[in-house]
Amino acid sequence: MDFDLTDDQRLLSDSVAKLLAGTYSFEQRKALLKTPGGWSEALWNQFAELGLLGLPIAEEHGGFGGGPVDVMLLMQAFGRHLVLEPYLATVVLGGTALKLAGDAAQQGEILPEIAAGSLKLAFAHSERQSRYDVADVATTARRDAGGWVLEGAKSVVLHGDSADRLIVSARTAGGQDEAMGLSLFIVDAEASGLARRGYALRDGTRAAEVSLSGVRLPAEALLGEVDHALPVIDRVIEAGIAATAAEVIGTCETMQAMTLDYLKTRVQFGKPIGENQALQHRAAEMLIALEQGRSMAMLAAMSVEEPDPAERARAISMAKVGVGQAGRFVSQNAIQLHGGIGMTEEYAVGHFFRRVMVIEHLFGDTATHLDRLADQVA
Amino acid sequence: MDLRFTPEEVAFREEVRAFIRDNLPREIRERMRLGYPPRKQDTIDWMRILNAHGWAAYNWPKEHGGPGWSPIQRMIFNEENLAAPAPELLSFNITMIGPVLIQFGTPEQKAHFLPRARNLDDWWCQGFSEPGAGSDLASLKTRAVREGDDYVVNGQKIWTSTAHNADWCFCLVRTNPQAAKRQEGISFLLIDMKTPGIEVRPIISIDGSHHLNEVFFTDVKVPVANLVGEENKGWTVAKYLLGNERTGIARLGKSKERVRFAKEIAREVRHRGAPLIEDRGFRQRVAQMEVDMKALEITQLRVISAYAKAGGNRPDPLSSVLKVKGTELLQASSEMVMDVGGPQAMPIWQHELAAMANEPAIGPDWAAYMAAPYLMLRAASIYGGTNEIQKNILNKAVLGL
Repeated sequence: MDFDLTDDQRLLSDSVAKLLAGTYSFEQRKALLKTPGGWSEALWNQFAELGLLGLPIAEEHGGFGGGPVDVMLLMQAFGRHLVLEPYLATVVLGGTALKLAGDAAQQGEILPEIAAGSLKLAFAHSERQSRYDVADVATTARRDAGGWVLEGAKSVVLHGDSADRLIVSARTAGGQDEAMGLSLFIVDAEASGLARRGYALRDGTRAAEVSLSGVRLPAEALLGEVDHALPVIDRVIEAGIAATAAEVIGTCETMQAMTLDYLKTRVQFGKPIGENQALQHRAAEMLIALEQGRSMAMLAAMSVEEPDPAERARAISMAKVGVGQAGRFVSQNAIQLHGGIGMTEEYAVGHFFRRVMVIEHLFGDTATHLDRLADQVA
Repeated sequence: MDLRFTPEEVAFREEVRAFIRDNLPREIRERMRLGYPPRKQDTIDWMRILNAHGWAAYNWPKEHGGPGWSPIQRMIFNEENLAAPAPELLSFNITMIGPVLIQFGTPEQKAHFLPRARNLDDWWCQGFSEPGAGSDLASLKTRAVREGDDYVVNGQKIWTSTAHNADWCFCLVRTNPQAAKRQEGISFLLIDMKTPGIEVRPIISIDGSHHLNEVFFTDVKVPVANLVGEENKGWTVAKYLLGNERTGIARLGKSKERVRFAKEIAREVRHRGAPLIEDRGFRQRVAQMEVDMKALEITQLRVISAYAKAGGNRPDPLSSVLKVKGTELLQASSEMVMDVGGPQAMPIWQHELAAMANEPAIGPDWAAYMAAPYLMLRAASIYGGTNEIQKNILNKAVLGL
């Protein structure tokens, strides 16, 4: 039992906080949102120089060999500033898939490039009909002349518009929602037959619809074992849940701080509105929710490497529910306590609100994970 | 950062669990498992068994007869004791007056009262609240006037839990009504409940039980030797008492045990043609409870480990989070148990009376105490500083509002 950070972890937190304080004010972020890509290549390179892109990547592949707690601290810092860069897509989702399923050649080629900032990935798994059913994949891959041919479409692929390569799930056997018969492929974003339509999500982060018609792949594009990709996909999603749980906590910290500041400075009826006990108690309830959520984000980080799949899945689902509910409570009340100004696009709190909203609907929402937990009640 | 318990902590938990399994009288455990409150003698018996093993004063240092455990060990012990389920240690003795005397008591007070408190030779009660002083404790009016070697006490206390069982009462009294600040005229006295002039009147609570009392003091003589700390400095003592060791305040082990019980009975009772445990709505409700309990468990560990790091001498304002969430979960788990019982939980169960009259009991034995804890636990968000007061504390101490 130990809640202490190591010296390296404190250093990491401090240096990221310093970098973001100088580069990621609300105004600076707004300017990034207006650029065509919606985020900054220059900052991405700075992330690489600081070693952030290689943080969870093994040292032999040019990374720092960091663990889930390091990623938690980084994502929390990103949450405080609503960082737009494709860290989740490339490093967390893509990196985890490579780490778990990649062979020596794939890892040796791709992981150092991620760490160096020269290659971006996206995890192209969900489809229009799949909602949160992880095994529901209609995209197919059939063997052809020693390679593979992909047919289908992927939906709401995070940062799919800017990725250099996509990790695509496809059915190589079995019916549309069978657990067996899924495989993963590494696909060049410029491959013939692959088309992307990029757009912004409600929080300004980028995503894409991806269509695959007759995309031909060489045999070595297969990532991991054929037909047996579901456990890998599950773990990639779990890594995504742990990372975004920490991001939600950072996001809520900022909303909580903004709300407190507002309560202390906004004057109505001749006194700061924070002198009203109704509002004070709401602020205390936000704090309670935030601390309970923080505990669950810690649980997620410290469970992603749990070897027992059932225990790991259970802890991650608990964290998704706990953080999802805490995030909703804190963000909804942040707007409520701000009153009208909280409803405006020009004020920051609504932007934080939207990030929490989007994250709750990634990787299975609160109801979905509560259902999974309900299945296991014994 | 690591959420896992160390091998030593895991071994400690095993040791505690084994001791409770081997030493808790079977009859007490069975009654507790069905949700019955422990009888007075159950609490005394269990405390003495633990004390003989050196564990009753689980949060005291070794020199005063405690085991000298770390905060994590105390938490583990508490949780195992609640989960068994075994009677809770009498908090008035163990977490209240004991630590207060260790901190503020005279050598004579320590030598006399501490061994008796941990062996439950004296049952203590707490004389704090008054009709006009609830959340606003500093407005208390019970008066103590110095006459020679005695204080003469006049006034009234209320909500005094287990005063009818008690041998002694630690009491806040006003010794200087003229003090500039209300908090400055209060003293902390130890009062023998057998002293002439004390009258205990029962208050029957909504669960039908006698747990609460009014205590009236009429010209009650209390030796000056029974003053704790300095005269007129009782508020400091009271603040220490209320802030001391609040980490057990969530009583999480109790909520966990009650949810387990609810699930056990949900396998027996039926709903829409199948065991209730198979109902999706019920399962979601259990899952939600388990999520909330897990979050609180980790929050509790965070507070305890911060407390241990700070040398255990400063109450963490975040312990108010434990109080609020812990009591909400206690209430929610008692609601769940009652709802599982449904109509079976509704009869007034007079088990003891029925047994005495040789009459058959009403309903299944598991239903006996399904509604009473729900009723009694409405008090959980009121006692120990209402949950609204806890939110005020968070506002002041953490948020700066």
